[in-house]
Amino acid sequence: MNYPSKLVEDAVAEISKLPGIGKKTALRLALHLLKQEEKYSTQLAEAIVKLRTQTTYCQSCHHISESAFCHICSDNRRDRSIICVVEESPDILAIENTGQYTGLYHVLGGIISPIEGIGPADLHIESLVSRIATGEVKEIILAISATMEGDTTAFYLSKRLKNYEVKITTLARGLPVGSELEYTDEVTLGRSILARTTYEI
Amino acid sequence: MHLRELQLHNFKNYEEATFTFSPGINGIVGKNGAGKTNLLDAVYYLCMTKSAFQNTDQANWRFGETFFTIEGTIEHGDVPVHLHLSFSRERGKVLKLNKKAYTKVSEHVGKFPCVLITPNDSDLAREGSELRRRFFDTILCQLNKVYLEQLMRYNRLLQQRNSLLKQIAERRQDVSMLEIYNEQLASPAHFIAEERAKFTEKFLSVFLENYRFISCSNEVVSLTYQSALNETLSFVSLMQQNQSKDLALQYTSQGIHRDDFIFEINGNPLKKFASQGQQKSYTIALRLAQFEILTQQTGIKPLLLLDDIFDKLDDERITQLMLLMSGGRFGQVFITDARPERTEKLFYNDGIPIHMIRI
Ligand SMILES: [Zn+2]
Repeated sequence: MNYPSKLVEDAVAEISKLPGIGKKTALRLALHLLKQEEKYSTQLAEAIVKLRTQTTYCQSCHHISESAFCHICSDNRRDRSIICVVEESPDILAIENTGQYTGLYHVLGGIISPIEGIGPADLHIESLVSRIATGEVKEIILAISATMEGDTTAFYLSKRLKNYEVKITTLARGLPVGSELEYTDEVTLGRSILARTTYEI
Repeated sequence: MHLRELQLHNFKNYEEATFTFSPGINGIVGKNGAGKTNLLDAVYYLCMTKSAFQNTDQANWRFGETFFTIEGTIEHGDVPVHLHLSFSRERGKVLKLNKKAYTKVSEHVGKFPCVLITPNDSDLAREGSELRRRFFDTILCQLNKVYLEQLMRYNRLLQQRNSLLKQIAERRQDVSMLEIYNEQLASPAHFIAEERAKFTEKFLSVFLENYRFISCSNEVVSLTYQSALNETLSFVSLMQQNQSKDLALQYTSQGIHRDDFIFEINGNPLKKFASQGQQKSYTIALRLAQFEILTQQTGIKPLLLLDDIFDKLDDERITQLMLLMSGGRFGQVFITDARPERTEKLFYNDGIPIHMIRI
């Protein structure tokens, strides 16, 4: 591709490094920036630089944070006796949006999968163990994907934590709300029958 | 249950083709290389969501194309079922039943059972244990959704364990992680071994009956399931026993993925001691037993696909098969033959109506 200037070419080269953005889209975005007021670009650039230089990870739960401890860990109203273990930070946002949970979190940073070269040492597991070793924690909720690798990770964690006095729970797995029985896959349906609950009016 | 109509698009040698079938016997005739077996494979695909002959979906694209579709209308119960299966580079495999796409294509397996008899079946007796395991696994997966799920689970965990063994050798992971996989594999492994053992027992009597019929003989044949697991050896202990060997080989050397089914005749291995004719009787009897068991368990007569059998079988066995055909044992049947006059004559002589499709 022939670019009108070296500056445009440089911008395209940088923007197209972002996931899901090709050279064509990058060029369109660069030309769009040129059409806007200068302020528009400087604000964007500042926001990106600040995001990268001033965000860090919480020293306790590894969630994205602006200070040593994230806003959840620093919140005194949160229940410190319960920790919800998730794979990545976006999972915390999803659970927070339910408004149903008031405990703390722990971000593993992935799940165990030797095929992808990921073992326990690549995840934030030791820091979870030391949080539990303080004795303050009474329950651990494993909010991990219902995949084979998720199962392995949950199994590994439950073995790793078996010598501590902590209750280990996992999210209930069942029918999605609003789903029709007929169209539910057999595995989900089978599991829902086994883990059925008492009907409450 | 029968397949009324089939439409192919870019499937193997077919650019665009539409076929209509009779609910009874369908003779598919044409020169060698015209695509008779490919047509059977398309029917197989629609039932089993994969080819009977190719290991990858891509291998079924017409030369130079990057997608194919197979569409079919199956008469079953009160309302016809419309199936639409496509495989493209962009979207992968999509299977729709009455316009509704499956979330997992594997859920379809078993809804419309089918049995294929091909000249390659002789490999069942001659080749390694993988083909025999696949033969029994294919039946079990059609009959039992939990079996299918557990088998997929075992295979995925096994891949993870093998990757782990390689990474331990490269000192990138700790050897203690093996224990996690051993324990996770144990439950599907024991489930699969138990189901295979139970099934072999049930299968055996049906098989023996069919062998006697097709071979017209009283030879003593047997079929036994051989597993590394048994009442005294658990999967976890088996893995522990083999640990140093596995670490050296960097893969899992034993387990239910290496199980075998032992075929014997008069107390000797079929592979070494049986004549060509005995081997053919044995493999046809396996297929007929498969047909019978699927019929019993699902209450549906599977579609029967017979590839080139008149060319490969001797007269005596053909006579026996024709007896089953005229006796109404089967539902819808598809038979390929490069010699139309032979097929027509055989069915005409036995007074069985046949719908001929020339391609
Ligand atoms: Zn935190």
